[in-house]
Amino acid sequence: MSATQFIFYLISAFVLGTAVLAVTTRKIFRSAIWLLFSLVGVAGLYFWMQVEFVAAVQIIVYVGGVVVLIIFSIFLTHHSGGELPRPPLKRTIFSMLAVLFGFAFSYNLIAEYGFPTTVAEKPFVVSVSDIGEQMLDTRQYGYVLPFEVVSMLLLAAMIGCIVIAMRSIPQGKAIQKPATPMPANGGNIHSVVETKESMEEKTT
Amino acid sequence: MSTVPLTHILFVSTALFFIGMYGLFTRRNLITMLMSIELILNSVNINFVAFNKYLYPDKLNGVFFSLFIITVAAAEAAVAIAIIINLYRSHRSIDVEGTEEMRF
Repeated sequence: MSATQFIFYLISAFVLGTAVLAVTTRKIFRSAIWLLFSLVGVAGLYFWMQVEFVAAVQIIVYVGGVVVLIIFSIFLTHHSGGELPRPPLKRTIFSMLAVLFGFAFSYNLIAEYGFPTTVAEKPFVVSVSDIGEQMLDTRQYGYVLPFEVVSMLLLAAMIGCIVIAMRSIPQGKAIQKPATPMPANGGNIHSVVETKESMEEKTT
Repeated sequence: MSTVPLTHILFVSTALFFIGMYGLFTRRNLITMLMSIELILNSVNINFVAFNKYLYPDKLNGVFFSLFIITVAAAEAAVAIAIIINLYRSHRSIDVEGTEEMRF
C-alpha cells in the first residue's frame, strides 16, 4: 500500500467516523463540532484529489460560514448543554435497516457497473485561471449564465432571510408602546420595593 | 497518485450519503436535520469532483457543478436557519412535531 492510498483511507475513515458521531451524539453542540470536523475532512479529500480551489471554497463557505451559522442558531434557540431526547428504538432500528439496504444496493450498483480501473492517462490539473476564464465565458461551454443566476439566487436568499427573521411589530403593541415607559406613582414605588427586595436577596 | 480506484471514492461518498440519511430519519430536531442535509450535499460534491478527475480529466464541468452546489447549499442553510429562528420565536420549540402549522 503506497502512501497516497494510505492517506486516502485515513481521510475517508476520519470523514465517516466524524459524520457518524455528528448524527448520533445526543448533545447538539457536540454534533455541530463533529460536523465541522467532517467538513474539514471532506476538504482534505479535495486536497487529495488536487482540486485546491474547491477545497479552499469548501473551507471558506462551509467551515467559515455554514457551521458558524449553525452554531449561532443553536445558541439562539437552545439552552446549550441540554441533551436531545433519545429516538425511539423502533425508529432507530427501521432507519438503520433502510440505510443499510440502501447502502448495499448502491454498493452493488457501483461495484457491478464496471468503471475503468485504470487511471486516466492525462493528468488532472485545475488552475484557478482556467476556472475563472471558463466561468465567465459567454461562448459555448461557458458558465456565465449559471453564475448570474446564482448571484440573483444569493441576493434573493439574503433579502428573504432578512424578511423572514425580522421581528414583526404587532398592530396593538405599536400604539401601547409609548405609554409603558412612564409608570404611575404606585408602579414606581412598587418597582423600587422590588429592587430593594432583590438586592436584599442577593446580599443574603 | 491515483492508485486508488474510482469505485473506492464512490463507496466513501455513498457511505457519507447514507449516514446523512440516517441522521435525517432519526433526528427530530430541525437544526440537526439541517446538518444531515449538509452531509448529503457534501457527498454529492465528492462524487462530482471524483467523476471529473477520473473520467474526464480534460474538462472542468464537475468542478463547476460542485462550486454551484456549495453556493446553493449556503443560501439554503441561511434561509432554513432564518425560518427556524422565526419558528422558535412563535412556538418555543424546533421539533418537527410542532411545525404542522407552518403550511401557510
